[in-house]
Amino acid sequence: MTVTIESATESTIESPVRTAPREVVLPQAPGVLADTWNVMVRELRPVFREPASVLFAMVQPLVFLGLFAPLLPEVENGSALQWFVPGIIAMTALMGASFTGANLTQEIVTGSHERLLVSPLSRSSLLVGRALKEIVPMLMQAAIIVAVVTPFSFDLHLAHVLVGVVVLAGFSIGVGALSFALALASKDQEWLFWTVQQTLIFPVLLLAGVLLPLEGAPGWLRAASHANPLTYVVEAERALFAGTLPVDTVVSGAVASAVVAAFGLWVGLRAMRASS
Amino acid sequence: MNPTPRPAALAQPVIRTEGLTRHFTRHKKTVEAVRGLDLEVGHGELVAFLGPNGAGKSTTLRMLTTLIEPTAGTATVAGHDVVRERREVRRSIGYVGQGNAAGHAQRGRDELVSQGRAFGLSRAAAHARAEELLDAFDLSEHAMRPVSTLSGGQRRRLDVAIGLVHTPQVLFLDEPSTGLDPQNRANLQEQVRRLHDEQGTTIVLTTHYLEEADAIADRVIVIDHGRVIADDTASRLRSGLGDLVTLAFADEEAATIAAEGASWALVGPGEAASVERVGTTVRARAAGAADRVARFVVDLESAGAPVRRVEVASATLDDVFLELTGRSLRESNEQSTDESGIESKGAAA
Repeated sequence: MTVTIESATESTIESPVRTAPREVVLPQAPGVLADTWNVMVRELRPVFREPASVLFAMVQPLVFLGLFAPLLPEVENGSALQWFVPGIIAMTALMGASFTGANLTQEIVTGSHERLLVSPLSRSSLLVGRALKEIVPMLMQAAIIVAVVTPFSFDLHLAHVLVGVVVLAGFSIGVGALSFALALASKDQEWLFWTVQQTLIFPVLLLAGVLLPLEGAPGWLRAASHANPLTYVVEAERALFAGTLPVDTVVSGAVASAVVAAFGLWVGLRAMRASS
Repeated sequence: MNPTPRPAALAQPVIRTEGLTRHFTRHKKTVEAVRGLDLEVGHGELVAFLGPNGAGKSTTLRMLTTLIEPTAGTATVAGHDVVRERREVRRSIGYVGQGNAAGHAQRGRDELVSQGRAFGLSRAAAHARAEELLDAFDLSEHAMRPVSTLSGGQRRRLDVAIGLVHTPQVLFLDEPSTGLDPQNRANLQEQVRRLHDEQGTTIVLTTHYLEEADAIADRVIVIDHGRVIADDTASRLRSGLGDLVTLAFADEEAATIAAEGASWALVGPGEAASVERVGTTVRARAAGAADRVARFVVDLESAGAPVRRVEVASATLDDVFLELTGRSLRESNEQSTDESGIESKGAAA
């Protein structure tokens, strides 16, 4: 026996009430900038509603600061803290920005990422807006660390520090974008995200000489360090936090930071366009 | 022949697919999730895609909502091609996926506002629309709580509200009531029904709940193995099958007499029917059998074959599915090895 297949379209179309296509008056479509702003504001809301959340990425750097700082040797000109703190701030930026993809993983698992993909927001604004937001927690974290260490043997050169966070901003954007790309590639497999993130983060950190200087290191280690963009960023930060402004060091740091930003955004955009 | 041509806008379906096909490659094997779907959905229809897990319903929906591209074939939604005019499609549709629309770290009101802004509403208009929807979905009290702390029912209402921010022409709902308790499910179904009745929104939903397709959809499209196997109103799909009458007897002899009589006493002239006897039980399925059974029981009594027990059941969509595929929809859902664990859990609930 077969079931009659007859489209219900016919009968529905006859009814005048239903059929009139509703007049849909949609406002002008927002541009890419407005979309990016929308995405960034959305990402920042949980940060501002619960500012304490920025402390999460700071636990490890603060532990390092507390446990390493007392071990630092006395140096003749200036304090060792002055040398150590910029590295810790760079470490915090790396931690915070590389964790950020976990928020996207959660949105992939729970479904809101899919909703955003079906909305008219452009793929590029979904990625760029998220990555740009990374500047804000980075600034909050840098401010907390500077506030914590200033009462000790640390001289605050505010103008230099401000240049330092501008240099760091590009790095945060780039690492954030890479973290989002990793989250998009991991899809709903949270363990994959964390495994890759944890595997990559410590070599990058140690090779940048954040905890120990690499001057006396063997050649291969120094070569690896020179290939690490974070090395140049940390060197620039150290010079700036010391209150000096050696142009070549600072420019190298800014260029390394810009390269990370450009590379991260390129990878991130590709991942976001492929997302479904 | 059509004597009076309809205005073009009305004749134009909201959704039209031609040979819509989607293959997936998993573990070097090609899975044909959707195979050459030809569909038309008109303005103001309320359509349910019914089928077991992995039948291709969600894949179809994901193609129509621009989430994935078809392997072959074309589809237009609200007059726009789902591949070439994605942005226009996205601006015309509302989508309520299987997961939650609102981010769990977000607040409900914030999500409604940012969705409104994404569709180009002004700040004031987006806030006004958010309040309107929070009120309509009884969520005002919870608007400023983190979404992760809301109950399943509240979250689902928020999902639908977010899908409606821009008063879409077409609303897609993917398994809208999966994971909801019966009361919340009934509430949601009523809300969807009302949206359709009051605003004339075209609604397409997928479900593996027969009851759901039966309760709210005007038109049921049964999908199995990536193909449409039936497309009609729920009542017409059912009436094609007729009623199931079960008669139990004291002994096999009486049952044999009944089985012989049933094929003419329970079945109208020219009607297709099936009669089977298993031991002392006779089962007959025929259109209108429910109306004839009382008379038949009396006749059997006088023929010396008294009936011990009578059961009459009208056909369910499950019977329709069984008839069409040879499998029960419930079994298909349970046996499914679909990647989505949520779906299977929902089916068992």
